[in-house]
Amino acid sequence: MSANQRKVEDAENVVIRFAGDSGDGMQLTGMQFTDTSAIIGNDISTLPDFPAEIRAPAGSLAGVSGYQVNFSNFDIRTPGDAPSVLVVMNPAALKTNLGDLEKGGILIANSDAFTPDNLRLAGYAQNPLEDGSLKGYRLYQVPMTKLVETALKDNPLSFRQKERCKNFFALGLVYWMFNRPMEPTLKWIQEKFKKNPDVSDANTRSLNAGFYFGETTEAFEVRYQIRKARIAPGTYRKITGNEALALGLMTAAERAGSHLFFAGYPITPASDILHELAKHRRFGVKTFQAEDEISAIGATIGAAFGGALAVTASSGPGIALKTEGIGLAIMTELPIVICNIQRGGPSTGLPTKTEQADLMQAIWGRNGEAPLAVIAPATPGECFTMAFEAFRIAVKYMTPVMILSDGYIANGAEPWRIPKLDDLPAITVQHPTSADGSFLPYLRNPRTLARPWAVPGTPGLEHRIGGLEKADRTGNVSHDPDNHEFMVKIRRAKIDGVAGDIPDVDVFGSPEGGDLLIVGWGSTHGAIISAVERARDRGLDVSCAHLRYLNPLPKNLGDVLKRFRRVVVPEMNLGQLRLLLRANYLVDVEGLNKVKGQPFKIREIEQKIDEMNPKKLGVSKQKVAVA
Amino acid sequence: MAPDTSAPAQSVVPQSGAPSLTRKDFVSNQDVRWCPGCGDYAILSTALNVFPKLGIPRERFVMVSGIGCSSRFPYYVNTYGFHSIHGRAPTFATGLKLVRPELSIWIITGDGDGLSIGGNHLIHIMRRNIDCTILLFNNRIYGLTKGQCSPTSEMHKKTKSTPLGSIDYPVNPISLALAAEATFIARTLDTDPKHMASIFQQAAEHKGTSFVEIFQNCIIFNDKAFEPVADKTTRADNAIFLENGKPLVYGKDGLRGIRLNGWKPEVVSFDESNPPSGLPTHDEMAEDPSWAYLLSRMDPSQGFPVPFGVFRRVHRTTYEDLMAQQISEAQHRQGLASTEALQELITGEDTWTVS
Ligand code: SF4
Repeated sequence: MSANQRKVEDAENVVIRFAGDSGDGMQLTGMQFTDTSAIIGNDISTLPDFPAEIRAPAGSLAGVSGYQVNFSNFDIRTPGDAPSVLVVMNPAALKTNLGDLEKGGILIANSDAFTPDNLRLAGYAQNPLEDGSLKGYRLYQVPMTKLVETALKDNPLSFRQKERCKNFFALGLVYWMFNRPMEPTLKWIQEKFKKNPDVSDANTRSLNAGFYFGETTEAFEVRYQIRKARIAPGTYRKITGNEALALGLMTAAERAGSHLFFAGYPITPASDILHELAKHRRFGVKTFQAEDEISAIGATIGAAFGGALAVTASSGPGIALKTEGIGLAIMTELPIVICNIQRGGPSTGLPTKTEQADLMQAIWGRNGEAPLAVIAPATPGECFTMAFEAFRIAVKYMTPVMILSDGYIANGAEPWRIPKLDDLPAITVQHPTSADGSFLPYLRNPRTLARPWAVPGTPGLEHRIGGLEKADRTGNVSHDPDNHEFMVKIRRAKIDGVAGDIPDVDVFGSPEGGDLLIVGWGSTHGAIISAVERARDRGLDVSCAHLRYLNPLPKNLGDVLKRFRRVVVPEMNLGQLRLLLRANYLVDVEGLNKVKGQPFKIREIEQKIDEMNPKKLGVSKQKVAVA
Repeated sequence: MAPDTSAPAQSVVPQSGAPSLTRKDFVSNQDVRWCPGCGDYAILSTALNVFPKLGIPRERFVMVSGIGCSSRFPYYVNTYGFHSIHGRAPTFATGLKLVRPELSIWIITGDGDGLSIGGNHLIHIMRRNIDCTILLFNNRIYGLTKGQCSPTSEMHKKTKSTPLGSIDYPVNPISLALAAEATFIARTLDTDPKHMASIFQQAAEHKGTSFVEIFQNCIIFNDKAFEPVADKTTRADNAIFLENGKPLVYGKDGLRGIRLNGWKPEVVSFDESNPPSGLPTHDEMAEDPSWAYLLSRMDPSQGFPVPFGVFRRVHRTTYEDLMAQQISEAQHRQGLASTEALQELITGEDTWTVS
């Protein structure tokens, strides 16, 4: 059989994981594969997974970095439970990732890296490529280092520099295997290395060499084809959660006819928001890299006092430092947005891993009765919508709003239907310009309970605000007991009132009620809805509801919960939403809790559903509604 | 997005045609609640006299403070004000100035607020050269919390929190400001309103971060901490008033001076008939902060007078102006912001269409 007549098989979806040393460029490889797959119309969902150390010792288990992509011809919502293709660049990558590979899956290994030293570092007594231990997989041993060296023999780069191109070889090979076009990556290489023609040439050749290796080597008997995904019509791009968040914040400022001010301090996994916004001075975006987290929240509040749409972003430990500042924003009733891109905690915890354990911190974690609005996007693309929503609520109610994202959706990518700005609502910002008589900075809008947002520089509205308790209406310092209780209650009532201004929670499955309801929030959405879909396909009476508003909760939530016999909340913590639901609605909620720094797999939620042994659906209900 | 209108920052100082204001316009209706006899009164009163002279409309003034006795200041001034949280006033001021560069921002802080809990922010606002005036009320004690030692309390000081004497080496605020490279650095004292007024005015007129240390008497918890210089009868022999371009001469009869022995200052006495030559003259505009630093280190316990006046006054572009420049350069390069441009940005480069 000649190479060109290789069999091409259609596949619905493939989950591929690239794994190697953190210096091997696996994140880049994964992202290139994702971009190309998105551009040709596959649905995609990604899970980058990298160590906290920038460069752990080469070849060590701690230094392994991975990037998983699920690409498909249908609508997918997670990066996939288990890869069916695993590319490993060294023994440590094999050791740490093999356990996840599907039985019978494709395993591509850079055999040149399986040297005695590397094997020892990974803790292998003998070479697994040779001892038969991998016979349950379709193993392809590719001497990538040597092949790259040969392909680059005319290139003047040093051996070490050439060796670093082997990730492009691996990428070329999987491009061949999955029938992807090379142009997007070739274009990217040209652009990226235009100042360095030798590097550009080396990467281009390595990519081509990998592709042709697949084409000409008889070893690979099949190629796969994954056609365009059948997803809602529209124009799409690929987007990560942090990119979407940054663009959503900018869009809110534009729709408010205002300017965006961002203050932040570098912290994983929130820094990319600062990086993204810092590029957009043209749009009047003012980014301020503060000396610490406290300064970042302070500057944010100062900018909000000055009338800007002001936002800060951080992760758990940084949010802890901002706590006092957030309390001040609540006391001064200034509209700011705080993004918490959650990571594993407590303390420094797991900086590069995902978790949802800051929910209680968001809702309750301040001294005094200190309510604010808390919302949570469910997918990377939704970070755009929720960023916009955060400013809408903040400005309308004059309150801080916290967005709870997490490392999983912040770094994960998906295709995103590009919104038309003209279709988005305007955000109304009102700065009073005069007062009848003396200005009352705490005189409230009777409907929203918001106080006026008077900006320094406005003649006649001079006033003082601060962290001491305010007298109703005048805003003067007050230690009066009745006034304090009144103000505590009115700050709470203002946040409670937001419930009348947010959508009801939708039920996917049987909105009229049934046996089992799975309730989730934030980034668990994809795994939950996929598991519920599968369970319903099997005729089980399972529905789900996903919360994007955590404080206040949607008005209909109590009703929804009571329509189901049993409720389960899967979350990446030890049961924080569960506690809230029990406390608020006296409903006996069960938890499915995972705190491994990894998102849920669909299978894990399905397993829980099976354990609950739900009733069968009536025949007529089996394929109900898409929410 | 609307084009940026805030760039480049107008100077906050003299505005022709600004309505003429008087002290009365700046007095708020709040009762002043400092202890009777507190040095804060004199500072407030001086500031209220200076504000109307600056030619800045009242609504452009913002007082930003942290926590402590001094931080009550904003309530007593009828302008915009923000009584924030402990130590963080510079952060609020920074955010505010970045979005409203036309404002005249005054940070009111103390030795505990500014140098202890807020030390970090104080350093960074000065090094960034955000245009604002920082008044640091130094009374060498915690007043509001009733008498603990502060970072400027002298070594071995007995206070409620240090019954056996403080074992903290104190910080020198002027040396710290010099290290952080504030562009205007001065010292004055609460018992000399004329000097205070002149320093406040110069500080306000300087574009960039102005840092002013004010020796302030806390009559309740640390009375007479600055007695030798605060008391008019002993001041002349214990203080030296820096004047740009003038030799360093002081003393009741002006018969003492500072001269340099290599890099070491020393006190010299002379008689009228025979003034010494070669006394160094003060250069507040020296780009290199070493001279000012040397002055800031003169230690009264070693027989040196305490310097008052302007230690340093140099020009550097402010942070907010640099940011405004970046915005206008970006707009020059890439075009003004518009909804279309934002749509283009959101759309990105690699798209595909599903029909
Ligand atoms: S405690 Fe001291 S600093 Fe505070 S108001 Fe009283 S005298 Fe002034």
